[in-house]
Amino acid sequence: MDLRELYRDVIVDHNRSPRNRGRLPRATHHAEGNNPLCGDRLLLDVDVDGDVIRDLRFEGSGCAISTASASLMSEAVKGRSRTEAAALFDAVHGMLTGAGGAPERLGKLAALAGVAEFPARVKCATLAWHTLNAALAGSARPVTTE
Amino acid sequence: MAAVREPLSPLDVARIRADFPVLLRRINGHPLVYLDNAASAQQPAAVIDAVAEYARGHHANVHRGVHTLSQEATALYEGAREKARHFVNAASTAEIVFVRGTTEAINLVAQSHGRARIAAGDEIVVSQLEHHSNIVPWQLLAAQTGARLSVVPIDRRGVVDYDAYRRLLGPRTRIVALAHVSNALGTVLPLAEYVGAARERGITTVVDGAQAVPHLPVDVQELGCDFYAFSAHKMYGPTGIGVLYGREAVLAAMPPWQGGGDMILTVSFQGSTWNHLPHRFEAGTPNVGGAVGLAAAIDYLERAGRARVAAHEQHLLDHATARLSAIDGLTLVGTAPVKSSLVSFAVEGVHPHDLGTVLDARGIAVRTGHHCAMPVMEFFGVPATTRASFGLYNTRDEVDALHDGLVDAIRMLR
Repeated sequence: MDLRELYRDVIVDHNRSPRNRGRLPRATHHAEGNNPLCGDRLLLDVDVDGDVIRDLRFEGSGCAISTASASLMSEAVKGRSRTEAAALFDAVHGMLTGAGGAPERLGKLAALAGVAEFPARVKCATLAWHTLNAALAGSARPVTTE
Repeated sequence: MAAVREPLSPLDVARIRADFPVLLRRINGHPLVYLDNAASAQQPAAVIDAVAEYARGHHANVHRGVHTLSQEATALYEGAREKARHFVNAASTAEIVFVRGTTEAINLVAQSHGRARIAAGDEIVVSQLEHHSNIVPWQLLAAQTGARLSVVPIDRRGVVDYDAYRRLLGPRTRIVALAHVSNALGTVLPLAEYVGAARERGITTVVDGAQAVPHLPVDVQELGCDFYAFSAHKMYGPTGIGVLYGREAVLAAMPPWQGGGDMILTVSFQGSTWNHLPHRFEAGTPNVGGAVGLAAAIDYLERAGRARVAAHEQHLLDHATARLSAIDGLTLVGTAPVKSSLVSFAVEGVHPHDLGTVLDARGIAVRTGHHCAMPVMEFFGVPATTRASFGLYNTRDEVDALHDGLVDAIRMLR
């Protein structure tokens, strides 16, 4: 069990200084994500223009893995189309759940690969992604990891 | 409290540790440091063996057969009841109901005594530091009956406000439900005062003793409470078995809770008659092996010496409080003057789950999260805390390992 695999420099950095933190007053899509096991809560605002995710911001409290995952996700999907975001979701999800992914295609998101070795923490990393899915689907109901 | 007169030689922790097989385990290459005792304590070989011995040589259904095994199983089961009676100094075994655990015990009281006792507009009083298991059953009862739940506040140390409690006890208050010891904060309630104030007004008193019995001697007659509930697995016994103590006069007036075998005297399609206490509240085949394990755990704790265990745990608590307080950015959550042996804390800039993972990599098991006490977390303005809870087999060195692990985690993550 190598903690450095989990808490890679990129993760620690994004936890210390999360990118795209805050709210988007003119967001077109919102969702709330909860991880009831740890009490984590994530609020996500997304501004979608046609098919393009123009901007997104997140707020809430979470562990280093969930904060870094949200921050990395916000960078990765900004400016992408919905289809591209969905493909990223699938790739990240595959990588985290050990279903096989292609970390080299994922750029910085590959820093999350170590989470797969820590089953208790996979939900921390997927929370932001499920919340993004819910926001884009226009779901009014909060997402939960349970 | 029961007057415990024991020669206070220190607890022989090395010998105690040798009784717990799991303590030989290595976790992630390190010796296990088990500091999650408030969630569930480990079992000594005496408990494990007693349960296995029952299954190997004495198992049968109880209170039924004339055959030898059924008689042996019944004797073991009822013997465990007598042990539990003695353990909390109940007046009679009729007052000892075996349940799955504290949660089931409180639900039993709410649904049987509560539904018979409570009407619309009545009040149920709980404290702000309760475990969800001593909140939700009362919320369900309140919703069923139209009663109201009132909450006694706590202060920044995690001490329940006794004056506010007294003010809350009104003409419509029917039930008071309180934790003897807080699972999230460690606060020990001066229970006799609380119970006394309620009894003067004819209010039913229900005590969640899950976190108390592993650490303090409990005497239900001295406390004067109507109900006292606890679980075996928090006191070195198996899961799935616990005790509801109920004062005989109160239990006798209660309608059955669950129906089935063992709780009846006669059944016909015109109606059934209820069995005597305590069997009226034990429908179905009980957890006989669990009761045997509980009895073994009681024996184990009493052999170790309750006062000696308490002194050892106080020493661990003092050491942990001193060492952890010295960590930069660490805030203890729950600083009541009288506490059981646990420390709950928040570390600035580091989430409890990350602490939990880093500590686990060093073989140290702690609890992270809301501890099934979300109102407590809300009061202290934290989503979660990290909690290290000590038991009789923990050592000063393990407290130091916790300290070092935390310092490392903070260095890595902050």
